[in-house]
Amino acid sequence: MAGSNLPSKSSRAGPPLWLLAELTYRCPLHCVYCSNPLDFAKVEDELSTDDWKRVFREARSLGAVQLGFSGGEPMLREDLVDLVAEARNLGFYTNLITSGVGLNEERIKALKSAGLDHIQVSFQDSSKEVNDFLSNTRTFDLKLRVARLVKSHGYPMVLNVVLSRLNIDHIERIIEMAVALDADFLELANTQYYGWAYLNRDHLLPTRAQLERAEQVTNDYRRRLRGRIKLFFVVPDYYAGRPKACMNGWASVFLNIAPDGLALPCQAARMLPGLQFPNVRESSVREIWHDSAAFNAYRGEDWMHEPCRSCPERTKDFGGCRCQAYMLTGAAANADPVCELSPHHGSIAEAVERAQVAQAQVTRPLVFRDRSASVDLIRA
Amino acid sequence: MAEISLQAQPVLRSLYRLQWEEAQQAWVLLYPEGMVRLNGPAAEILRRCNGTTRFSALVEDLERAFSAPGLRDDVSDFLTEATNRGWIEFTE
Repeated sequence: MAGSNLPSKSSRAGPPLWLLAELTYRCPLHCVYCSNPLDFAKVEDELSTDDWKRVFREARSLGAVQLGFSGGEPMLREDLVDLVAEARNLGFYTNLITSGVGLNEERIKALKSAGLDHIQVSFQDSSKEVNDFLSNTRTFDLKLRVARLVKSHGYPMVLNVVLSRLNIDHIERIIEMAVALDADFLELANTQYYGWAYLNRDHLLPTRAQLERAEQVTNDYRRRLRGRIKLFFVVPDYYAGRPKACMNGWASVFLNIAPDGLALPCQAARMLPGLQFPNVRESSVREIWHDSAAFNAYRGEDWMHEPCRSCPERTKDFGGCRCQAYMLTGAAANADPVCELSPHHGSIAEAVERAQVAQAQVTRPLVFRDRSASVDLIRA
Repeated sequence: MAEISLQAQPVLRSLYRLQWEEAQQAWVLLYPEGMVRLNGPAAEILRRCNGTTRFSALVEDLERAFSAPGLRDDVSDFLTEATNRGWIEFTE
């Protein structure tokens, strides 16, 4: 990145409206589609309470307004209530993004007193069998209890269910479950293929027929429920023909802080080679957001190659996802290969083609996200 | 949707929080994982949706504050839209 470009680019960047605090990579669940990095076991030195509070203050003064407490499982942090109180006091809208494990009556009351605004609870499925299989835990009954607890304490509740070929056919029951639990929103999030999900992609990618049926059912329910609960259907980009406007553009509105303090423009960017991501232990949020080479690397359009550079849609999708471009084409500045205009689209088309048969064509077993698997992957 | 009654008392639904954002120099509506940036008139109306002010009083207050008579239809249209979007509801 040419240094002379930095000042003008910096002045164009708006505030990091969305701050995601990945408090820890520790997690009691072992979901096969986890978006945490495969080598998360390397990260042991979590930020302190005071570090996090400083990050919140600095981000808020830059204009950050939504704060997500995520992970891993954020409930594992003993200082969570303290952090929520600080964030709420600074004027953030505070979102807890949890598996539900660790959220009991006592802590939910303490979080309410601290001013927590909203709780998102994840389910892996509407059935105990599949929920517990995909997370490799016995957590389904617990999650039901937690969801009821969340509503009984007057929180807005989002249910999040990551969809894949292993649960997408249960979509009616998933929606019915969200209605029965009185959720305010239901996110039907088709798997995005990063981290553990990419490793398990051939197990998880649905068929086109599965997907079309799920969209149809979702639309039918939207009409029937008439806004009683809002359904978000996150379209899987492998089937979209055009890339998603990933993160609304690189370092445009989203700032992710990993458990070790690494500042990233998205949860997955740690994988990108050649970029020195700054750490909040060494730099202020302002320096990171406005001045660091890594955050400026893919802002604007100067970095784009063809076919993006002259594409009329570049202002809409920003060339898609840099991480997906790197994973599948070897260069982050290439067009996201889910785009049919990408010369590398063949690799996506092949994966989609393989997924069209009823029995998934897999060459290795499903890998559950856990520490020992991460250690094995680091060694490999 | 039926016309809004003069007696109706609009209130922001508990899912939403209305807040002034210095960095954006704007009022915003915050909700789970989302934000709507409001224009001036929308913010002025929503700030008055406190669950006790009646629609008629709300309109009078706006007309007085901005020395602009005849706002009733505009306010009514906005409150209808805000109801459809799920931002507000009406107390009895």
